[in-house]
This record gives sequence, C-alpha cells and structure tokens, in this order.
Amino acid sequence: MKFDTPATTNPIDKGRVVGVAQDRIDGPAKVTGSAPYAYERHDAAPNAVYGWIVGSAIAKGRIAAMDLRAAEAAPGVLGIVTHANAGKLGKGNYNTAPLLGGPAIMHYDQAVALVIADTFENARAAAKLVRIDYAPQDGKFDLNTELDNAVKPPDSGFGGAADTAVGDFEGAFAKAAVRIDQRYTTPDHSHAMMEPHATTAAWNGDKLTLWTANQMIAWSVGEVAKTLGIPKDNVRLVSPYIGGGFGAKLFLRADALLAALGAREVGRPVKVMIARNQIPNNTTHRPATVQRIRIGADKNGVIDAIGHEVWSGDLPGGGPETAAMQTRLLYGGANRLTAHRLATLDLPEGNAMRAPGEAVGLLALEIAMDELAEACGVDPVELRIRNDVQYDPEAGPQRPFSSRKLVECLRTGADRFGWSKRNPTPGKVRDGRWLVGMGVAAAFRNNMVGKSGARIGVDGTGKVIVETDMTDIGTGSYTIIGQTAAEMLGVSLDDVIVRLGDSRFPASAGSGGQWGANSSTAGVYAAAMALRAKLAEKAGYPADQAQFEDGLVKLGNQSQTLAALAGREGLWAQDSIEFGDLDKRYAQATFGAHFCEVGVDIDTAEVRIRRMGGAFAAGRILNPKSARSQVIGAMTMGAGAALMEALEVDTRFGLFINHDMAEYAVPVHADIPEQDVLFIDELDDKSSPMKAKGVGELGICGAGAAVANAVYNATGLRLRDYPLTIDKLLKAQMT
Amino acid sequence: MKPFTYSRATSVADAAKTAAAMQGARFIAGGTNLLDLMKLQIETPTHLIDVNHLGLDRIEPTPEGGLRIGALVRNTDLAADKTVRRDYGVLSRALLAGASGQLRNKATTAGNLLQRTRCPYFYDTNMPCNKRKPGSGCGAIGGISRSLAILGVSDACIAQHPSDMAVAMRLLDAQVETVGADGVARAIPIADFHTLPGDTPHIESALKNGEIITSVTLPKPIGGTHVYRKVRDRASYAFALVSVAAVFGKDGGGRFAFGGIGAKPWRTPAADAAASSGAKAVAEAALSGARTTYHNAFKKTLVERTLASLYRQKEARS
Ligand SMILES: Cc1cc2nc3c(=O)[nH]c(=O)nc-3n(C[C@H](O)[C@H](O)[C@H](O)COP(=O)(O)OP(=O)(O)OC[C@H]3O[C@@H](n4cnc5c(N)ncnc54)[C@H](O)[C@@H]3O)c2cc1C
Ligand code: SF4
Repeated sequence: MKFDTPATTNPIDKGRVVGVAQDRIDGPAKVTGSAPYAYERHDAAPNAVYGWIVGSAIAKGRIAAMDLRAAEAAPGVLGIVTHANAGKLGKGNYNTAPLLGGPAIMHYDQAVALVIADTFENARAAAKLVRIDYAPQDGKFDLNTELDNAVKPPDSGFGGAADTAVGDFEGAFAKAAVRIDQRYTTPDHSHAMMEPHATTAAWNGDKLTLWTANQMIAWSVGEVAKTLGIPKDNVRLVSPYIGGGFGAKLFLRADALLAALGAREVGRPVKVMIARNQIPNNTTHRPATVQRIRIGADKNGVIDAIGHEVWSGDLPGGGPETAAMQTRLLYGGANRLTAHRLATLDLPEGNAMRAPGEAVGLLALEIAMDELAEACGVDPVELRIRNDVQYDPEAGPQRPFSSRKLVECLRTGADRFGWSKRNPTPGKVRDGRWLVGMGVAAAFRNNMVGKSGARIGVDGTGKVIVETDMTDIGTGSYTIIGQTAAEMLGVSLDDVIVRLGDSRFPASAGSGGQWGANSSTAGVYAAAMALRAKLAEKAGYPADQAQFEDGLVKLGNQSQTLAALAGREGLWAQDSIEFGDLDKRYAQATFGAHFCEVGVDIDTAEVRIRRMGGAFAAGRILNPKSARSQVIGAMTMGAGAALMEALEVDTRFGLFINHDMAEYAVPVHADIPEQDVLFIDELDDKSSPMKAKGVGELGICGAGAAVANAVYNATGLRLRDYPLTIDKLLKAQMT
Repeated sequence: MKPFTYSRATSVADAAKTAAAMQGARFIAGGTNLLDLMKLQIETPTHLIDVNHLGLDRIEPTPEGGLRIGALVRNTDLAADKTVRRDYGVLSRALLAGASGQLRNKATTAGNLLQRTRCPYFYDTNMPCNKRKPGSGCGAIGGISRSLAILGVSDACIAQHPSDMAVAMRLLDAQVETVGADGVARAIPIADFHTLPGDTPHIESALKNGEIITSVTLPKPIGGTHVYRKVRDRASYAFALVSVAAVFGKDGGGRFAFGGIGAKPWRTPAADAAASSGAKAVAEAALSGARTTYHNAFKKTLVERTLASLYRQKEARS
C-alpha cells in the first residue's frame, strides 16, 4: 500500500481498541520468565557452549603477538577465534570499526578474541590467559583539543545536510537588540539498557541462525551476510524479546558476529554476551558535543537570527552527533545557520542513542532559550509561544508542518504544572533546606517513517495472527500491533496472536528513531486491508461496504464469522506500507513541553527533582498506557543526562574509565518523583493511515534542559556543562 | 574467576589456622565484594573459607555496657536492631545509607569493614594500579580522580575507603575483635584497624596472615543527637562523595567522622575539639593536610558545606 495522500476516515478511527489504554499482551510471559531472551534459548539451541570476548587493552596500535597456548590448554576450552583464524571478514555498513579487531586496534576493548568453553566460568577464566603483546600508537582522545581540526562531515545518514544557512545570520545577529552567545557541552553517554548485547548462534550446514537482541532485523541480516561473506538467504535472525536497546542494538555488534564465528569454529551452538563492563568501550555510545548557540532577538524576544554549531568526534569513517537538527525546525526567525563539525577521535565508536541529535541538541538550545527569556524579561513559556512557527522555517510557508501543537503543549502543560506560581527571579524560593525552582523546555523530535511489512491471517477458530519482523524492545510493540489487527478485523485484543522479531516474517521498519510504532502498525494496517478484501470477497460482499465487528463480517443484516470464512486452512494476506513524499511536502515532527521543579540543597548543592510534568502532541496515541511508560522512561533518562550521566574519558589511555553501572550513574527510583504526562489530542493524517507519530524518544528531548533551567531558577547558577553535578554547582557558586 | 577450592570452617580457630596455612586462602562472608572482584580477577584466591556458619551472627550486650556485634551479622539486621537504633543511631543511619536492600541482606559486619576501594582504575585490570598490582603505578593520579580521597593519601595511591558503616564505627570508637592463626584473640581499636597506603597500598588493614574478625564492639552509648549525612551523585545506591557521621552533645560538643574523603574512615581529635566553633572550624581541622587533585578539590568545600548543613539542621531542631 502506498501512502502518498493524507489519510481519510478509516477503520482505525473507530477507536474501539486502538487509542484505548491496554496492558501489554506480552506482560504475563515477561513477568513469569517464560519469554525467552537471546541468551536463554536453550529451547531452540540446546547444548550451546559459551563464548567470552577478550577486548583490546589498548586504544590504538597493533597486536604484535598473541599467545593462545595457555588459554587453549585451560579446562573446558573448545576453541578460540581471533583475526588469525576467523577468515576474511567484510565490514558492515553500520559499524565503524571492525567488530573483530587485530592486528590493527581501533579502540579500547575492541574485541580481539572469543574464547569458547564448555561453561561460562571456564570461558571467562580462559579468556584471562590469552597473552597479547601490543605495539601501541598515540591516539587522539580529547574532543576539546581536536575542535580546531574538526571538519565538515559528508551530508548523509539521518541528518540530511551537515550545514544549512538562510538569510544573513551574521548580519542579523550583529544588529539584534538582544543577543545570546554561549557554549554548551554534553558528555559521552552510555545506553545502559537492562539486557546486555547477547546472541546464541547455531549453524546448520551453511545456514546460520542467530537468536539475538537486535532492534533492526532486516538491516542486521544484511550486515551479518556482508560481514561473513555469505548470502542473506542463509542468515536467520530471531529476536522476539529484547531487554531494552535505546539504539545500542540497532546494529550488528560483536556478540552476534563472534557467536557466529565461534559456532562455526567449534561446530555447535555458541552463546555470547558482552559483559556489562565491556559495553561502554566495546560497543557504541552517544558522542560528546560542544555546541555554540547564538540567538538574536528583538526586545520582546522575537527571534530574528538563530545559529547552532555543533562539534563532536568519532573514529575515522564515523559520523557526527547531529545536535543542531531541531534548531532547523523548532523556532522561527528569518536568518538562520546550523553547522556540524566532526573531529577524528580514537575513542570507541559513537552512534545513535535515544533521540540522536535532539536529545543533546535540546539540552543546549533549551537553556539558550531560557537565557533569552531572562535577557528579554519575557516568561520562558511565553517566549517559546512567541517564536512558534507553523512551517519549516528554513523552507518557508510552502512547507507547513503536518501538525504542530507546541503552543497547546506549552499552555496546557503550564496550567497543569502550576507554572504561574513560579517566581521569575532566581534564588528566591525556599522550602526548609531547599532552594526551589521551576524550569520549562520545549520537546521536539522528528517524525520519521519507513517502509514496513506484515502478514496477517485468520485461522479456523477465528483467531487473528500477525507476523512481522518488527521488534519489541520493551516499548510495547506487541500490544499496539495486536490492537491494530483487532481494530481492523473487528475482534477483541484477546483474539489476536502477535509474532515478532523473526527474519522469516515480512521486513518491517524496525525499532529506532521512534519510527517503529507508527510505521509498523501502518504496515499491519496495509496487510489487514488486504485481508479484509479477501474476507469480503469470500463472503460475497463488496469490500468497501463490508463491516468487521464482533468476529463477524457483516453486510446490512447479513453476517458470516471470520472463522467460517477462513476455513480450516485459514486465510492470509501480506502487504507493506510504503511512504510517498508527504514527509517532504510537510515537515513532520512531534512536540511537547517539559516542566520540572527541583530543590537544591542550600549547603551541599545536591539537586533533587521534586516534580516533572509535561504535555505532548504526537499524533494518535495508540496505547496511552505504554506511551506514557515511554515518556516517563525518557523523562527519567533526561533527568540522568541533566544530573549525573557521563562517561569519563581518560585522555591518556583513551577509554571511558567509569565503565560499569557502579561508576556510570543513571537515575534510581529515589531520584524520580511524581511524573505527570498529558497527551494532547491530535491526529496527523499526513503521517500514516494510523494518524500516529512516534513517541518513544520525544520524552527525552528537552527533559534535561527543563531540569537545568529549574536549577537555575532555584539557585541563579547557570551551568552550561552537563551533567550538573555537585562539584560544578559548588564551583559556580564560588565564582 | 580463577578456579578455587572451598571449605566450611568448623570453628573460629580452625578458620584462622587454615587461612594461615594455605597460601592464597581467603574468608568469604556475604561475598558481595569478594565475588565481584574474583570475577574480574582483581582478587584471585586459591581457596575460600566460608565463615558463615560459625555462630558469629549475634548482637549482644557487653559487660561494660556496650554492644558486641558478630562479624557475620548482616548489615540489614544490624541497622534494624532495636538497641542499635536507640543507642547508636548514627550506625543504623550509616548502614541504611549504603548499598541497596538486597546487598545489605548479604553484606556482613566484617566484610563491610574490609570492602575494597571503588577507584575505577583498580577495577580495570588493563590499567596501572599499585593497590591491585604493586609497582605498576597509579592510574588515578593524573587521571579521573573525582571520587577519590584527599586525606591520608600517598604518591602511590589516592584511593578512598568506600564504607559508610565503618565511618560510624570510627565515630563510636569501636574495637575490632579478632582471633589469630595462633588462636590468640585481640582487640584492635578501629582507628588502627585500617592502614594508610604509604608505599604499600595493597595492605589495607592491621590483620595478620590468617587472622579472622569475630566481632566488633561498641563502647557504652554516648547519647547526644546522632546524624549521618551522605552526599552523592544520586539520591540512593551510590558511594559517598562526602559523608559525615556526627554526634552532637547537649553541651555544644560533638564528634565527627568522615567518609568518601579518606584513605580510611577519617577522624581527627582537632575536628572534635572545634565542635563548638561551628562548621567552618570543624572542616578546617578535619581537612588539615588534605591533598587534592584537579578533579576532587571540590571535596574540601563539600565537607564544609555538609557540616554547615548538619549545624543548620541541629539549630533548627533546638
Ligand atoms: C553495587 C554495590 C553498591 C554498594 N554500595 C555501598 C555503599 O554505598 N556503602 C557501603 O558502605 N558499601 C557499599 N557496598 C559494599 C558492601 O557494603 C560490601 O560489599 C559488603 O559490606 C561486603 O560484605 P560481605 O560480607 O559481602 O563481604 P565479602 O565480600 O564476603 O568479603 C569482603 C572481604 O572481607 C573479608 N572477610 C569477610 N569476613 C571476614 C572475617 N570474618 N574476618 C576477616 N576477613 C573477612 C573477605 O575475605 C573479603 O576480603 C556496595 C556494594 C555493591 C556491590
Ligand atoms: S588510587 Fe590506588 S587504587 Fe586507584 S589506581 Fe591509584 S593505586 Fe590503584
């Protein structure tokens, strides 16, 4: 099904199942432990043995010599994979450094060997016996010292152009009545999802099956094939349950590749998990940024010039953190400039983490807006309303937004939060030992869509079955896909069976960039429309008049059951949704407003979030319950970015030194108080037949800046270097 | 983890004797620290002696009017003990500020005293670390040292002692009771129990080869208002950047012990003597001799601020 004209009324608009809060249909399996995750596929791959990854001890250089004798002789060891015996490996499109390193080493903890043994303990112990002599080389590990060497990256990927310019930014900025010109920095972040990267691999002849934790099945089938040099048809990926991803599992990573190589080496199934303390340096992370934002406005705060320049670093061949993206679309202003610069660093590879670009771009931009509000003496909510723009401000009014309810989000959110009680003068509100402040930030995340397929059928008992390689990374995909099928075919959610995450199923958009929910349900919609036509035809009713209700296909007062029409062999249909150019003709994005109240200890500068609240507009909210979970989880991640999360770079040895969950702090329950989430009614007919948009990443976008702005309102301390830790607050207080 | 053998001690004397006789033997209590370190091969014992079944899990009064806490009493049980809560509130509070409920259910009195540093370089076996591998250098000096110590440090090591419990015990003038390999019992004042790094940061306590901790005793209750304030990067489940254990007396006097800043739980007589002069004076006395790095210099300010907070709350109460 091609989606190239705005949606009209369709069966989803009934809103009988879709749009109604539903419990996760996979919930019982998860809480009873019967949902199998990648490392536990004893059912599918019995007798698997264990692989343990040896990571490089240096950041850059070469392996001069490897001595495997002690490891090979260790108890239980079945084989060792290294660059020397792995055979020729290709490199995938999505990883920057080879997933099996050696002899060249490109980053710390890059995998250099897989030790396979009969037990987990034996594999881990033997891995320590691999002796490696390195010839280290000097590397570049400090973004700050590489800023001047940063270059304009090629236009590509999800970012579009590296640079954009409209009007005369420099001229307009110089003339502006009010000017903000500040530098903001964000550190490297680790995804810190609950389930580490994990894979069980088995070969059957030349056919490979990977039970793996992966967000993007179709991409990764191609990556496996390309890396191993085998046909795609010989690769099967199975990923029905995934314990969180946040972008960490978008790609083929070392667990899957090495499990495949290991299974080939020892001739039986092998499973590999990347150890928690290897994750930060072995896998991908969100790169650190340095950002310069310049805003020129009139004295009422109306923006005339807005400029956002971003520096980040990555390995040679890597990409930038596209943190200026939202600045192209969020606020008006005739004179505009955005730019991304990329430095070469020899740190582990940077890549996507929840809302790449916007998550850290808004950490900076939304402080800058707070600074502008103060400089103009305009309320920060009102300032954002004044600068709202209903079209793409770079392209002009001929490219309107498909839907944009930022102003409603700001107004409604402010009311619910009690924003009017905020004292605009910083440092004035005390509650016992706490200085109390409130902050606001806009939320913005692009709405991306992608081709997505599904197969849907009815069996002889009237059960509806959906199959697609779409993944559920804890987001609730199972449920919204089930809801969509139930709505389309007029059955209850209990009568739908959803099967996900298998490359044997039709390729979907996958889970990433918050495109998954909207795209994959639209794919199910397309397949269901095809099945409805088949069912109607079988019933002898005109397809456009048949009604699907209560497990029946109806025409006037005639009706037939789905079960009877499907017959014993069942009836199936397959289709996919393909998107035309509506996302070119219309700017498509999701919007929101974050509010936060913090207390800052008057003596120790400990920051405690007291309340968070927000209003969000993201098209049709398919399942308000899981959408809320997504938003509060993302707000929590935003709070982490604001207050504690940072991979600490040791610029001498070239690694993230705090590489475990004891030292890389993410929020715990005690950090997160009441969170109020309101979804603004919105249907976006240009986004998909579902009239939905993504919501999984919107919640992190701006959340951290609302915290930072609240800290400023509480204390009068303006910190522009995330995270806002006690040491920085104390230092700011003293200067 | 390296393969190891395991035995259950049958008596305290047996445990000590076996430990001394077998090179590379270690006691295991809750295992919450030792096992983690073994998995990373930071600790590589060849033999584990399980001391969990020796009846060392009781809390009982001493003839002197104090309290004897068995070496194997779980942190959870100690924090919840009625006498501890009534008479040694600072200890209960310090325990509850540490780790998580699950960990405290396993963690023991002796294990907590002997838990090892959280220096990130200590935890990465590819990095230099004099404590883990004597003579290999100190990765933290000149590296990332935000969480590390500013008092009692040396050119060889600036690691912090991470315990909360031990800070309260230091404040309360606890004694660590042990039995040596020769079967002889002794009591070590907690002030002497942890050793400073000097040139030998791998040596962390006064325990001799094979010596086993049997209990910790607390002297008679000292009354006063007991507080434990732990400042950290998140609201729970993190080690202290700075912690202060304090008992304020009715007479304006007080005593103070500090966590997060010392190579061992930190206490100085001069700080106690300054109690009536306020937070600034106490901080100045406590921080005498402090040696900071670029990353952890803020801890000096934070000590003073944490004390100021305690004084502020004390005044608010009275
Ligand atoms: C994630 C995490 C967070 C934590 N957070 C905190 C925190 O915030 N604050 C805090 O204070 N602690 C914290 N801890 C540390 C925790 O308190 C210690 O791990 C625990 O107290 C150790 O006790 P255990 O009985 O498990 O010791 P074990 O691991 O069994 O032993 C530790 C050491 O003590 C020795 N030992 C044990 N018993 C005896 C004995 N009777 N005689 C002689 N030697 C003995 C062992 O040989 C070993 O060397 C945390 C730990 C973890 C894992
Ligand atoms: S501070 Fe001590 S524990 Fe840390 S690296 Fe240096 S020697 Fe090792």
